[in-house]
Amino acid sequence: MTTAVSAPRAAAAPTGGAYSLEHASRGDRVFKALLTLAAASIPVLLGFLVYELWIGSALARQTFGLTFVTTSEWDPVADKFGALPLIFGTLLSSFLALLIAVPLSLGVAIYLTEFAPRSLRQPIANIIGLLAAIPSVVYGLWGIFVLIPFLRATVFPALKGAFGFLPLFEGPIYGPSMLSASIILAIMVMPYIMSVSREVLLAVPGSQREAALALGATRWEAVVTAVVPYARTGIMGAIILGLGRALGETMAVTMLIGNRHEIAASLFAPGYTMAAAIANEFAEAATPMHFSALTYVAFTLFVVTVLVNAGARLLIWRVARGSGAGSSAL
Amino acid sequence: MNRRLFRRFKSNVMTGVLMACVLAAVLPLLFILGTLLLKGAGSLSLDFFTKMPAPAGENGGGVAHAIVGTLLMVGTACLIGIPIGIGAGVFASEYPGNRLAILSRFVADVLNGTPSIVIGVFAWTWIVARQKHFSGFAGSVALAILMVPMVMRTTEEIIKLVPHSLREAALALGYQRWRTTLQIVLLTALPGILTGALLAVARIAGETAPLLFTALGSQYMGTNLNQPMAALPLTVYTYATGPYEEWHRYAWAAALVLILMVFILNMGARFATRRMARLGG
Repeated sequence: MTTAVSAPRAAAAPTGGAYSLEHASRGDRVFKALLTLAAASIPVLLGFLVYELWIGSALARQTFGLTFVTTSEWDPVADKFGALPLIFGTLLSSFLALLIAVPLSLGVAIYLTEFAPRSLRQPIANIIGLLAAIPSVVYGLWGIFVLIPFLRATVFPALKGAFGFLPLFEGPIYGPSMLSASIILAIMVMPYIMSVSREVLLAVPGSQREAALALGATRWEAVVTAVVPYARTGIMGAIILGLGRALGETMAVTMLIGNRHEIAASLFAPGYTMAAAIANEFAEAATPMHFSALTYVAFTLFVVTVLVNAGARLLIWRVARGSGAGSSAL
Repeated sequence: MNRRLFRRFKSNVMTGVLMACVLAAVLPLLFILGTLLLKGAGSLSLDFFTKMPAPAGENGGGVAHAIVGTLLMVGTACLIGIPIGIGAGVFASEYPGNRLAILSRFVADVLNGTPSIVIGVFAWTWIVARQKHFSGFAGSVALAILMVPMVMRTTEEIIKLVPHSLREAALALGYQRWRTTLQIVLLTALPGILTGALLAVARIAGETAPLLFTALGSQYMGTNLNQPMAALPLTVYTYATGPYEEWHRYAWAAALVLILMVFILNMGARFATRRMARLGG
């Protein structure tokens, strides 16, 4: 609910105005000063964060410049750092996760707003919401001991058998791999995409559906021709919001992706992401250059997620103005 | 006629497909909770909460140090994060059009979308690098930074629900503005604000990434926030990625405790929200 002024507040504006600074008591001034301090601390904190990451990454930025994002060699001993495999892995795992999660979460959101019996809607949404509450490290634990053995025994061999001629499904089957990490990521971002797109769909005016149904459309046709097109922008926002989550997700990915600084064509091969590299190497980094390179990675990740989230927010806001859609998930 | 039947048929098939989506979405949750109970519940005993880990190869033992560490760090994070978050939220709702309010609202949303690992790096450069040692306090600060924007945004939303007539009545009776805000508005909104705080606690209690290189984790019982400190999520991570069967058992049990904690906080918050929603009408 970023739209600020609701009707009662606007009506009461004169009340606030009556307290000009001259008339404000000492208590009022102290109170306002304290609140201002609290509110100001948030932008100050962000400024400080950007400053610290910028300064912290200076060494790596000056040494490697743009080659940091175009080269693949990552050798802490020789102080040579190229983050291309990290960037590639982050983008690929997030993309694959969305590929799985988007149809699934849109299906759930549409079912819950258009088809499900009324009494089931909120309970199902709550249950799926619980998925968002599970800590990332628990997903990682489950992924290592349950998901990977399962995938390795059934799904991966089947994929290899059916599509083994494609470079994507070539080579030996490792447990920890790009595909395993993407699947766990998909499970993790699904509740976010689901809940935001559900809110967006709920914000579609009822007249939109009724018009389609009145013209003789079946319920599915009403959804496809009237509801979804109306909510399209907001759904895009929900997806991009999920992308933001996937890009920055750390623990579960670190535990499942295999952590290898390499760009492999096969999805069965281990990979690496930006967040996972920071998580794995930061505490053990020994040289200032290694720290600086990892801070540079963190800075890049920060900038990317801010841009992605700002885009998502803008799209959601354009559709569901004032309905508060997305505010809970952001 | 045939065409109409086909369209009806298609609609029904698609409904079935959508239901399958719901099933596919709920299944992982059931699987995860199921395995947690199956593998974790057996190791839960009084010892698990009160004892230190037994040496590898021995039975029994617990993760008391991690539970104490989590409670201490989350508690400290609350002490830092909740007052700032509530203060900023009250500011944003009291002066909605104010430039600072708009700015901090926007920045809070930016921070909310920032990966927690980045916050961890920030806490490292800010505190650990300057002090030259890992500490539970640095972990608490990282967690507090994650809390502030969440608490701020919920506080603001909840205060908007307080009927305006209440505020006007207090002002008409000659209350000063700060007393009106504190004693009337905040008190009315308190259950909702606590809900927001609880939800924030539930989220940071399970955070691992920002603690990896701030609190670092520890093998020993410690209550000194100036020292490296253990935490439940860190324990799950270390034990899950370790080589020993015995460690994996700890990891499952610790994960079960963690998830019970998070779910109880969540349920409590939801219950309180429902009461608040009724209040705000």
